[in-house]
Amino acid sequence: MTTFDPYAPSRETTEGTVFSVTGGDWDALVQEIGSTKEERVVVNMGPQHPSTHGVLRLILELEGETVTEVRCGVGYLHTGIEKNMEYRNWTQGTTFVTRMDYLGPIFNETAYCLAIEKLLGITNDVPERASVIRVMMMELNRISSHMVALGTGALELGAITPMFFAFREREIVLDLFEMISGLRMNMAYIRPGGVQQDLPEGAIPKIREAVKLMRKNFKDNTTLLVGNSIWLKRTQGIGYLDLAGATTLGITGPVLRSTGLPWDLRKVQPYCGYENYNFDVITADTCDVYGRFLIRMNELEQSLRIIEQALDKLEVLEGAPVMVADKKIAWPAQLALGSDGLGNSLNHIREIMGTSMESLIHHFKLVTEGFHVPAGQVYQAVESPRGELGAHVVSDGGTRPYRMHFREPSFNNLQATSAMSEGGMIADIIGAVASIDPVMGGVDR
Amino acid sequence: MTDSGMFGASGTGDTSGYGGLVRAPAATGSSQRPYGGYFDDIADDLERAYPEFSLAIERVIVDRGELTLHVKREKLVEVAMILRDTLKFEMCMGVSGVHYPENTDRELVAVYPLLSMTNNRRIRLEVSVADSDAHIPSLVEVWAGNNWHERETFDMFGIIFDGHPGLTRILMPDDWAGHPQRKDYALGGIPVEYKGATTPPPNERRSYK
Repeated sequence: MTTFDPYAPSRETTEGTVFSVTGGDWDALVQEIGSTKEERVVVNMGPQHPSTHGVLRLILELEGETVTEVRCGVGYLHTGIEKNMEYRNWTQGTTFVTRMDYLGPIFNETAYCLAIEKLLGITNDVPERASVIRVMMMELNRISSHMVALGTGALELGAITPMFFAFREREIVLDLFEMISGLRMNMAYIRPGGVQQDLPEGAIPKIREAVKLMRKNFKDNTTLLVGNSIWLKRTQGIGYLDLAGATTLGITGPVLRSTGLPWDLRKVQPYCGYENYNFDVITADTCDVYGRFLIRMNELEQSLRIIEQALDKLEVLEGAPVMVADKKIAWPAQLALGSDGLGNSLNHIREIMGTSMESLIHHFKLVTEGFHVPAGQVYQAVESPRGELGAHVVSDGGTRPYRMHFREPSFNNLQATSAMSEGGMIADIIGAVASIDPVMGGVDR
Repeated sequence: MTDSGMFGASGTGDTSGYGGLVRAPAATGSSQRPYGGYFDDIADDLERAYPEFSLAIERVIVDRGELTLHVKREKLVEVAMILRDTLKFEMCMGVSGVHYPENTDRELVAVYPLLSMTNNRRIRLEVSVADSDAHIPSLVEVWAGNNWHERETFDMFGIIFDGHPGLTRILMPDDWAGHPQRKDYALGGIPVEYKGATTPPPNERRSYK
């Protein structure tokens, strides 16, 4: 120990001398470490790090470049969504859940609304057109979510071009979301009993065109990455997690399917009428980052297939209702998206203000109080792009949830980071975490 | 308490919303056989595989097409092991806490959704404990993936999972006081003024039943 270094102060602990490095000149530190026998380095990576997929903090213990221990620190994005929902009515809840996993808002909303519908006992009363729109929106959302997973995953491993292609495709989907719901993200479009509003005029041809364009565009990333020798070296055999490991850790989604198990809730426990669509469950048997990458790439085409079938169904169901018939649950006015981006229904305003006081009272009560949901609890799971997204909803019979809990696939799957990365190289942690595709908004809620 | 009418204006006739919030605890009592569907098979298999079934399972509830087994906390790990190994519930989808302050000596509830991929079945386990003795044995030994979920439930409800390898807070800061998702923990918030009108924080707004 020569002079005090403000960037690398040292202190004595029971485990020996500990150096804390926060920047500055490494030479002084290396000189000092040279005098000790151990080379154990604990590196704090994140939460503000461009490669950790959001505000994820990784605490790494290294021996040279080999990772001996990884621990995750989460909670930087905790916003108390579950607690807040206990103070808002059931319909208002959709605006909260949509902000959890912000890359898969439609999935959050669907899981939440399906759970409420199960509690209300109206699962079979949801109009078919609403279910078909939900399926279509979910598959569009799956594409945009997988695009971020692929694009940011590639970017974090040093490949920049795939990110541009991926975000170009995501933009197409977000434009469709804007056309349909008025919002590109956090739409709160799926509502208990159906969807917020019907598709706007001319939507179906536009979506068909977008599907055609995306199918063509997807090839760009395929040709860039599939079989690319640098990409293979960074992803093959990296982040290994086999079926036994995935099962005991409760891992679902593409990570589980990369172990060869075709477990997809859309197939095995269908909801929203997924049993009526033809699509394949994509698997890989490599248990590694490359397998998960291939699964996501191939799931894009399956999503396009489902969207096309949904569009066919929507053409047949033109003009059918998109909300349950029960006026005690359905929002009173069928709003239409105006040119100013705001929804308003002049006919409805004319009715409640001019002709029917009962309608006005009903509107007021339903919008301010909301509807009652019979007491009980349910667990409803949907297959989100990251795995099983489960909504555990408890009602005490009131107009607001008694307790809401989301089993978030990102939260659960992040636990696999240690199993995937320990014993490997430090650079491969990035690939492993990217292949889990955690969204911190969902992890921390 | 029974409800009548849409907006719950029973008893006082107060429809203003200022009558205060009435929270009724969840229904009690066990469901009667047959439970329907595969639920009878699960109950039969569990009874066969686990001789102490009637001691360990306090209640069996079938509601809205879902089966819930209320397990005594002393027997939780044993039941979980048998459900995993014999009945092939390979996955536990975490744990969710619920706080019922009115249920004396059963204030805190831990809810475990289980999934069997082999048989494509779901059930739910529930364990109730008193607030004054909020200890539940950890299931991390049975399903390693419960690690973070139990930390979250500890963080939010203060349920202590005995035998957990490292029961620390996970979402709230380490030095946080209290457990935010308990019913006796106020939501908090400040009034917001916008164009001359003031909106009170959500927990002070009028509440309808």
